[in-house]
Amino acid sequence: MTAIASTRAGLAGRPRIARRPVLLAGMGLAMLAIVVVAGVAAGSVFVPPGDTLAILAHRLLGLDIATTWTRAEETIVVDLRLPRVLTAMTVGAGLAVAGATFQGVLRNPLADPYVLGTASGAALGAAIAVLVPVRTVVLEFGLLHGLAFLGALGAVFLVYRFSRVGGHGQMTSLLLTGYAVGSLLAAGLALAMYLSGTGLRQIFAYLLGGFEAASWVRFATALPLVLGASALIIGRARALNGFLLGEEAAAHLGVNVRRERAILLGLASLATAAAVAVSGLIGFVGLVAPHVVRLAVGPNARLVLPLAALFGAILMVVADLAARLLGEIPVGVVTAVIGAPFFLALLRRTRAGYEL
Amino acid sequence: MIRAERLTVAYRGRPALTDVDLHVAAGERVALVGPNGAGKSTLLRAIAGLVEPVAGAVELGGSPITGLDRLAIARRLAVVPQLPQLPFATTVEEVVALGRLPHEHPIRGLRPADRAAIAGAIDRVGVGHLLGRDARELSLGERQLVLLALAVAQDAPILALDEPTVHLDLRHQVQVMDLLVDLNERDGTTILAVLHDIGLAAHFFPRVVVLDRGRLAVDGPPAEALSADRIREVFGVDPALVRLAV
Repeated sequence: MTAIASTRAGLAGRPRIARRPVLLAGMGLAMLAIVVVAGVAAGSVFVPPGDTLAILAHRLLGLDIATTWTRAEETIVVDLRLPRVLTAMTVGAGLAVAGATFQGVLRNPLADPYVLGTASGAALGAAIAVLVPVRTVVLEFGLLHGLAFLGALGAVFLVYRFSRVGGHGQMTSLLLTGYAVGSLLAAGLALAMYLSGTGLRQIFAYLLGGFEAASWVRFATALPLVLGASALIIGRARALNGFLLGEEAAAHLGVNVRRERAILLGLASLATAAAVAVSGLIGFVGLVAPHVVRLAVGPNARLVLPLAALFGAILMVVADLAARLLGEIPVGVVTAVIGAPFFLALLRRTRAGYEL
Repeated sequence: MIRAERLTVAYRGRPALTDVDLHVAAGERVALVGPNGAGKSTLLRAIAGLVEPVAGAVELGGSPITGLDRLAIARRLAVVPQLPQLPFATTVEEVVALGRLPHEHPIRGLRPADRAAIAGAIDRVGVGHLLGRDARELSLGERQLVLLALAVAQDAPILALDEPTVHLDLRHQVQVMDLLVDLNERDGTTILAVLHDIGLAAHFFPRVVVLDRGRLAVDGPPAEALSADRIREVFGVDPALVRLAV
């Protein structure tokens, strides 16, 4: 490929920022390490990066390091900030992989993880949880997380069932059904908000998303779901690549279209549901991260999926850090404010070849 | 190579193919012609296992198609796809590389043999000058050649095409036909092509199958299959309007 890739780069084709996915991945990992340390160090109480690293090495790797920090700093780093940063990382990666999957399967660059109703389903679930006067907490998970998770999956299930028409045009039917079911659920959400009274603020906080409530237990529950679903999706990159040329061509290229479509949409929905259950609704990362990566390496899902996960993780950790430094404003606001101009700038730079 | 036995296909109860028998031996080059709606594309889709027949059976390379999964079919039969609207910017090389999907490693992706097949197909079809271009910006003729390269990269013993010359100017039509003849005669690839242009079928194919209203009307060399009487009968036009070099 290097020989072909270099000829390709030599031809006055579409400009791509990077042709070396391995280099890009290395840079991404280094960047992720930096933003994770920054994310753990910074906040209302600043813990110097040196101490942050030392605490992490001491507590996570068991290294014997002379203590130069206070007990309070250790608690802040290990019990508060680290789970929060890791949760942001996981949610960012999961939403980016889910976004890339929905865009690929639905063959629609405007698709995001919420396109099949997951967002409205989760929001309605959360709102109902706020309205219901029952308070149960199992392993730090309240009714809100549970109903948000089930709502997200339930909405996708409904959309998928309703759109089962078979043959051509099914993708359009899926998108339109997603829109219709989403609207219906949004009406339910509006009603729930109207009836919620003092619970309104809680519903609103969920809709805007954030990581203030992150904890080790919540992180440990979301991580295997997001990681497992993402890994299984990456293992099916071949099918996702087949969808690039449409369903009929995918079938001719050896893809079992019905089965792969159901599996990929199911896994992406699972990752999304796990993400929104712990973080609320955070937009933009799932839409933008895959596109930014495609600008750099092209549409090959084998490269796009892992790199999008990496970029989504970085973006979310940075967004959460910014949200924290700005006095706990909603993360969804930050992702849009820093994501949109960045994306616009990229599109402008490569406009000749990249149209949405 | 291909055996379709008493194949009957219906779309929502409306018959599209009735009792079609088609046997294509390894190394043959067969053109499938007929008026619009005669069932040519349906026959191709049934042979590729994309539509389930109401009755009859299809065998590919000696195995009943019902016993083959999509991957096994894709390794026996390459079908030149229609180019849909691509959702993302995709270079010509990336499109051709998709032809290796049935062969590449499920996790690691393309291996050296795959890259060699891609480079070979690009060379064979003569699309090297298009490599870095976005496939969405190509002319219709260029697209057709790129998709042909994709199917050649798939490296299957049977190559099927559905109207490969539609939208092409005369020079490109001949270029595609020459390539098919070359793939057939030099590599022994079995070729089954749906053609709307009976002139091309008569000139480039030793065997022509004519479908008419879902039934096989005639199957033989062009002189027989595309005789003046047949053209009048099947296509309903004055054969003088179609000058064939047979």
